[in-house]
Amino acid sequence: MQLRTEVSEIAGWTIVHAYGELDVATSPDLREQFIQLVGEGRSRLVLDLDGIDFLDSTGLGTIISALKRARTHDGDLRLVCSQTRITRLFEITGLDKAVPLLPTLDAAVAGG
Amino acid sequence: MAVVELAIPARPAYLSLVRLVVDAAVGSLAPGLSAARLDDLKIAVTEACANAIEAHETTYADGPVVVRCIVDDDQVTVEVADHGDGFDPDRIERLPPATDPRRLRHESGLGIPLMRTLADEVSFRRAVNGTTVALTVYRPPD
Repeated sequence: MQLRTEVSEIAGWTIVHAYGELDVATSPDLREQFIQLVGEGRSRLVLDLDGIDFLDSTGLGTIISALKRARTHDGDLRLVCSQTRITRLFEITGLDKAVPLLPTLDAAVAGG
Repeated sequence: MAVVELAIPARPAYLSLVRLVVDAAVGSLAPGLSAARLDDLKIAVTEACANAIEAHETTYADGPVVVRCIVDDDQVTVEVADHGDGFDPDRIERLPPATDPRRLRHESGLGIPLMRTLADEVSFRRAVNGTTVALTVYRPPD
């Protein structure tokens, strides 16, 4: 299965909705997309992971990279995920403490 | 004991196929294993295969990466065998805690800790012609 993304804008945030599998095969595409978005000045980012069926450590690394890039450009990256099997990976690796993980898109774009 | 074996070219594009085969083989041969544990196993196997593929890329090794699912009465083991140079899992770089800003400098190194957390047993066997990682999850009693 491939990775598919859609981009939208809500309340000054750029939302990347990801669908499919985020692994070592597909992560480079998402990494490129984040580089491009931040390059366009869109550094307030939300990655919606609710359409993701599979996530591995390379996918987690890509998310760390995007978070770093956004913060370096005075922005931020917030994650939307309500699937326990995905959020569990952030908890196991401790990354839930490094990147905001919200249960809904509304919660992610709330509070500036 | 039942064994299902798959040999793939050492390329990331085949990881999705590995997950499909592990899902089908373990799902049909060990039906008592919960969906959550099967998910854990598929993530651990993906990590092992990604390391194997990287080992082949780094050393320009020939030959396939071989994935072998071994279903016993009390456990399921998936072995991932490569022809790379091998590595020492105990010498993987230690990551700063997630709350430490320096943690964000590290985008890799999560694969081995994930394997160790998600599988009930993990072993690394190094030989002159490659490394075999064995990932085991226990089956619940019938």
